[in-house]
Amino acid sequence: MNRFEYVRPRSVAEAVAAAAVPGSAYLAAGTNLLDLMKIGVARPARLVDLNHLPGLDGIEHLPDGGAQIGARMRNADLAYDPAFRRRFPAVAEALLSGASAQLRNAATVGGNLLQRTRCAYFQDTASACNKRRPGSGCDARGGENRLHAVLGWSESCIATHPSDFCVPLVALGAVVEIEGPAGRREVPLRDFHLLPGATPERESVLAPGELVVALRLPAEAAGFAAHARYVKLRERTSYAFAVVSAAACLRLEEGRIVASRLALGGVAAKPWRAEAAEAALAGATPDAASFRRAAEIALAEARPSGDNAFKIELARRIAVRALLLAAAGTPDRLPALPASPFASVPGGFHG
Amino acid sequence: MAEIARMRHGSSIGQPLTRRDGLLKVTGRARYAADNHPPGMLHAVLAESRIARGRVAFLDVEAARAHSGVVEVMTPANRPPLAQDPDDKSVPFSFRLDLLQNDRVRYAGQPIAVVIAETLEAATEGAALLAPRYEAEPAEVLLDAAEAFVPPAVGVGGLAELWHGDVETGLAQAAQRIEATYETPLQFHNAMEPHGVVAAWDGDVLSLDMPTQGFALTQARLAALFGIRTEDIHIRSPFIGGGFGSKLLTGPQVLGILAARLVGRPVKLVLRRAQMYGPVTHRAPTRQRLRLGAAQDGALTAIHHHVRTATSRFDDFFEPSASVSHTLYAAPAIATTNEAVRLDTGTPGFMRAPGEASGSIALESAIDEMAEACGIDPLEFRLRNYAEVEPVSGKPFSSKALRECYAEGAARFGWAGRPLAPRQMRDEDGLLVGWGVGTATFPALMFHGQARAVLRRDGTGLVETGAHDMGQGAWTALVQIAADSLGLDPDRLEFRSGSSDLPDAGIAGGSAHTATAGGAIQAAGEQAIARLTELAVADPRSPLFGAGNIGVVARGGRLVRWDDESRSEAFADILARAGLAEIEGRGSAATDPAMVERYAMYAHGAVFAEVKVDPELGQIRATRLVGAFAAGRIINPRLVRSQYYGGMIWGLSFALHERAVLDSRTGRVMNADLAEYHVPVNADVPSLEAILIEEEDPHVNALGIKGVGEIGITGTAGAIANAVWHATGVRARRFPVAVEHLV
Repeated sequence: MNRFEYVRPRSVAEAVAAAAVPGSAYLAAGTNLLDLMKIGVARPARLVDLNHLPGLDGIEHLPDGGAQIGARMRNADLAYDPAFRRRFPAVAEALLSGASAQLRNAATVGGNLLQRTRCAYFQDTASACNKRRPGSGCDARGGENRLHAVLGWSESCIATHPSDFCVPLVALGAVVEIEGPAGRREVPLRDFHLLPGATPERESVLAPGELVVALRLPAEAAGFAAHARYVKLRERTSYAFAVVSAAACLRLEEGRIVASRLALGGVAAKPWRAEAAEAALAGATPDAASFRRAAEIALAEARPSGDNAFKIELARRIAVRALLLAAAGTPDRLPALPASPFASVPGGFHG
Repeated sequence: MAEIARMRHGSSIGQPLTRRDGLLKVTGRARYAADNHPPGMLHAVLAESRIARGRVAFLDVEAARAHSGVVEVMTPANRPPLAQDPDDKSVPFSFRLDLLQNDRVRYAGQPIAVVIAETLEAATEGAALLAPRYEAEPAEVLLDAAEAFVPPAVGVGGLAELWHGDVETGLAQAAQRIEATYETPLQFHNAMEPHGVVAAWDGDVLSLDMPTQGFALTQARLAALFGIRTEDIHIRSPFIGGGFGSKLLTGPQVLGILAARLVGRPVKLVLRRAQMYGPVTHRAPTRQRLRLGAAQDGALTAIHHHVRTATSRFDDFFEPSASVSHTLYAAPAIATTNEAVRLDTGTPGFMRAPGEASGSIALESAIDEMAEACGIDPLEFRLRNYAEVEPVSGKPFSSKALRECYAEGAARFGWAGRPLAPRQMRDEDGLLVGWGVGTATFPALMFHGQARAVLRRDGTGLVETGAHDMGQGAWTALVQIAADSLGLDPDRLEFRSGSSDLPDAGIAGGSAHTATAGGAIQAAGEQAIARLTELAVADPRSPLFGAGNIGVVARGGRLVRWDDESRSEAFADILARAGLAEIEGRGSAATDPAMVERYAMYAHGAVFAEVKVDPELGQIRATRLVGAFAAGRIINPRLVRSQYYGGMIWGLSFALHERAVLDSRTGRVMNADLAEYHVPVNADVPSLEAILIEEEDPHVNALGIKGVGEIGITGTAGAIANAVWHATGVRARRFPVAVEHLV
């Protein structure tokens, strides 16, 4: 491992100052960063360890019905917070469908937003990767790319963002609270991650030294609690990244959809909010035909970036599934296999 | 209680004893090779090639040496000399090794340098600083990339072509014919414990902490490579964190031993996970074409099983996938043929039922397709083609309780009433449900093993054999055999194992270790008891005087007269009166060629699988696995069940999960870690049952033991593949079955 400087700030201000040095990286749980350091993909000159900051590790349920979540809160702590689960069940379900129990016990909310792609060519320092080394090319094009992006990709990068957590968050209009050298600012999550374009090395709007300190879910997000689900297709029952996933949230009145939220995971370099599909659902009846139409709209722009054309139809189908499950109502208890197609569904939802 | 005590008395074999090493394992006190830190030890880290073919043009050795903590960089320029070319294969079971003999690169992941440093971190960074430059040549890594040839042999001495009966006529006259091609992927062993070594030299005496599945094989190779005596090589390997065949043969650990030679200090070398996808062997990909013919009543008329597989460009190992077709189903005409290509990969090797696993999933799928074509229940179809004798040799089986396996397994699973057509069953959630069956088989092998048994005057016993516990439970099962052979309670026995300084127990491979090491222990114990008996029956002061050798049995630390239980004498008393501190027996075990000549010897089983498949999303989960296995005498049912469970999970892994993703342009494995190279997790295995079918085999070996380690993977993989078809109506012929095959 290369030699690096390690600093342990005691306040957010100290952290931001420490990270202003070029080549710095913030260290939270390190569940992703330390792996990348070991394989030579990340070689920070300075690690700014956030684990000794005071606070930023809890959730505050705001009087208006929203919630503010500290960036250092552990994934498992958030998922098992009873009030959070009750008000934002799709987010809890997404959290519990990710990684393994051990990783969820360590990984933080802020780190989850900033995890790097699982693209094998990004992780292999001998491969060309515009994200890792701008201008070097993209070996994923023409390589092993069956799980790569079908939306929002560019000639320079076809990687996907691996987070489950971010998918319902973007659907529910979460806001990222940021501290930086220039002060505090807020960015909606939908604008936080960047599509690759010609600069895939830029993955978020964070400027050097900026630190995610909190996430906020707006009050209206809790209004979907009765009809909110996350569904994830993966190649083993647990501990696998999504082939495709979807978060669906509905507000129903008198048999009609009055508001809807739909986002897809595993399809693009960012969690993919499908606003045109949401618009098409306004006023529709919550049935398979409406949902299929919405899914067609959500994937209208999709195109394969390699041997992954099958993902486009799967993304449509998982969107339909998530919407159907949301329409049926959030279960009283989280399923034993969160977000899995094998989670038992009262009444059945297949065929 | 008295009854239980009596049942156990003199009968340790067959008891479900818990692992004697269990407490050490769960408290973290079991010492694995890499847990050792001799004084002055340095750390070595491999640098490996990122190209698959060509030569290393430049290594920045200066930069690595300049890094703080780096002690030395070993390259072809300064690697200590060897007494034998690493490409020399004169030692039995040798594979060609990459030990920095030159600057050639033969596969991606090949070691090209070793950095030795005071700390692991410094060695790791030193290896990165080498920043190799290559002269790359185009590499061929896919099955279709190269011209095929007929290998001289497959597996270990297996025939590359075998024709029995007239296959073409059998096919021509068949009422039903199927021809189907199945593909199995490149797979890597992925034992939990990575390959590693802690090596220390004292002159020409070499001391190693190194996980190995074969002490004598390893000693022989190392002795030849270093030009030293085998008895000067001391290997300790008390616990192995899994091997699956990859720790049978000497591999890149030799570079750690060379590094220790170079720097004159003890050196530890442990491979990183990603480094286990190159130089430590693998299972080669296969493409298998099966042609089957059957009469209208379902009787097979012909089987032709053709295999295309791959080996490395520089050495030979050919996955013998077609061998299962020699033994499993009765057909008047059976042909197995093989072809292979040479690729720029590491050399494949023995991995979890080599041949049987990859061949079984293809054959069991094809049998299922034929049952479907004939409109016959797949279990009934297998029974109609039950092999009463081994089809290609005509030999009787030494024992074969497969019919009982089918019956018990089917009853337990609830096979009756299974609809013939696919896509007929749904669960309450609307998930598609399918049931499949597969036949399991694995040869009952023996290697050569030795053991020493001692009875001591204090009434205790000692048994020594250099056996290998790779998690299967050798520390426990072998003690049970020892206890019975010496007529002692297991708690009165000291058992020494896991070291090359002990009598060699043969390899832990081919599911033959308990039969081999156990057979040797049995013989050693019998000899010790026979010698003790000679003392007693010849001594007028003994209550056993005149009983004759065969009139006496050993039980509970005493010799007892067969015909008069009231006349007995404690071992200790016999030894004391003879003025002996102890009495020793030595024994060995090996294949009996006369039995091999006369009988076909296999373990068998039947595996029943239930899968559920999401009809829209194509996600698959094996929800129920029931396996019934007949493998001769069972030493410890608890451990044997664990072995079957493990095998069945590997079968599930074969059918649904495991696949190395190879970039065809570079030859690099792109998923060289356990996050992306999928093996099943607990949630993938919701219900697992293994049934032990009684089987007595008077021929297979002295203890009547057949192996249980690898059979579970066979049968299971095919059963799951067949269940996927039954659930969906889609016949996946590329493994693992992927979501895009089903939607």
